[in-house]
Amino acid sequence: MDLTLKIWRQKGPEDKGGMVTYPISNISGHMSFLEMIDVLNEELINKGDEPVAFDHDCREGICGMCSMYINGEAHGPDRGVTTCQLHMRMFKDGDTIHIEPFRSDSFPVIKDLVVDRSSFERIQQAGGFISVNTSGNTQDANSIPIGKEDADNAMDAATCIGCGACVATCKNSSAMLFVGAKVAQYSLLPQGQVEAKDRVLNMVKQMDLEGFGNCTNTGACEVECPKGISLKNIAIMNTEYLKASI
Amino acid sequence: MSGFITSSIGKKILMALSGFFLMFFLLQHLIINFMSVISADLFNETSEFMGTNPLVQYLMQPILFFGIIYHLVMGMRLDLQNRKARTSKYVMNKPGENSSWMSRNMIITGITILLFIALHMVDFFFPTIKAHYITHEHLDSFQMVAAKFTNPVYFGIYTLAFIALALHLLHGFQSSFQSVGFNNKKYTPTLKKLGNAYAILIPFGYFVVAAFHYINSL
Repeated sequence: MDLTLKIWRQKGPEDKGGMVTYPISNISGHMSFLEMIDVLNEELINKGDEPVAFDHDCREGICGMCSMYINGEAHGPDRGVTTCQLHMRMFKDGDTIHIEPFRSDSFPVIKDLVVDRSSFERIQQAGGFISVNTSGNTQDANSIPIGKEDADNAMDAATCIGCGACVATCKNSSAMLFVGAKVAQYSLLPQGQVEAKDRVLNMVKQMDLEGFGNCTNTGACEVECPKGISLKNIAIMNTEYLKASI
Repeated sequence: MSGFITSSIGKKILMALSGFFLMFFLLQHLIINFMSVISADLFNETSEFMGTNPLVQYLMQPILFFGIIYHLVMGMRLDLQNRKARTSKYVMNKPGENSSWMSRNMIITGITILLFIALHMVDFFFPTIKAHYITHEHLDSFQMVAAKFTNPVYFGIYTLAFIALALHLLHGFQSSFQSVGFNNKKYTPTLKKLGNAYAILIPFGYFVVAAFHYINSL
């Protein structure tokens, strides 16, 4: 198929940036969205132009690196997929596709479609872990009985890959789905109880320091999340925060 | 505790709690309004009670004002803060693909309700306060209400405010439960339906009372 791409080009963090139009042809519906960008970049390089900078790593939906805002939606029009898993068959011949970086003041643009998501790492470092003695006599996690439902919910929360689609989609640029998932993942398990209070207080504090907006429960994050992280995790975080504050 | 009040989650929980309180107030206010449909004397007696009972006047009323002011000041502050979190806007954005209009425009419906409250205070609250505390004259509340709704423009403005209230409640009711941490596989779907019913029925009830007085005046 033949397509018209309108891509956000920005030379660096200080550059103003703007949309640039590129026609592209002979795109197969079996290609992934990133492979389509690869084709474009090869053409640009052959012409001696600067290729479009974009984040990618595993290209199988688990690393959370790819981060494009495609036709007004994080990771494009499909549901439950990252940009690398988005097939070109989702588009029609002759379509115009808008491609922008994830936008949030807490995710500053580095170049073109690449944004700095280290704010997520700082939130994670503030409490998104459990402290375990790894001196050689570590207890086997499976020796602690955990209810099936709690184990399932914790696993569901743990599938968050930290891509930032929730922030990019949220009208308030709120990071609560991400932080909610990271808090709930541990708060549902016995291993997470020891540091439960400090975890939620420190992670929320760091989230606020990073300048993310406030959650107004629009539910947009849950819809656009490639891993289907539930809003229930935000409710769990709110309860944990309330418990830790009293 | 001071960290709680200024934190993003603390503010969200307090918005929900003040919202719960205001939703309860709406029901109480509507019940009294309906008395004006049933009997003028009953409505006047109840208005007299509400306007002179010290518990209502010196305890409930200040709490109500605090709740309203907190909810609206915080709502506006949070909205400004949220706008600042994304200063560079998307060239193309399709929010309608993943969220409801009501959830994204609480500030618009909220400010509409705020303007209505201001008008409503000028219409009914201030004259009542003046009669009770300054001029000490007897007030026929029923006549005051009936007189206002002879004007079709007034009836129209009030109807618009009730629509804004319904849109605000359609998101606000279920959102408050999520904010205080109540999200349950078994009960949340029912709660959402209950919220939608509340959001439609309460403003509709207010509309019915306004329509009754307007039609009566024709």
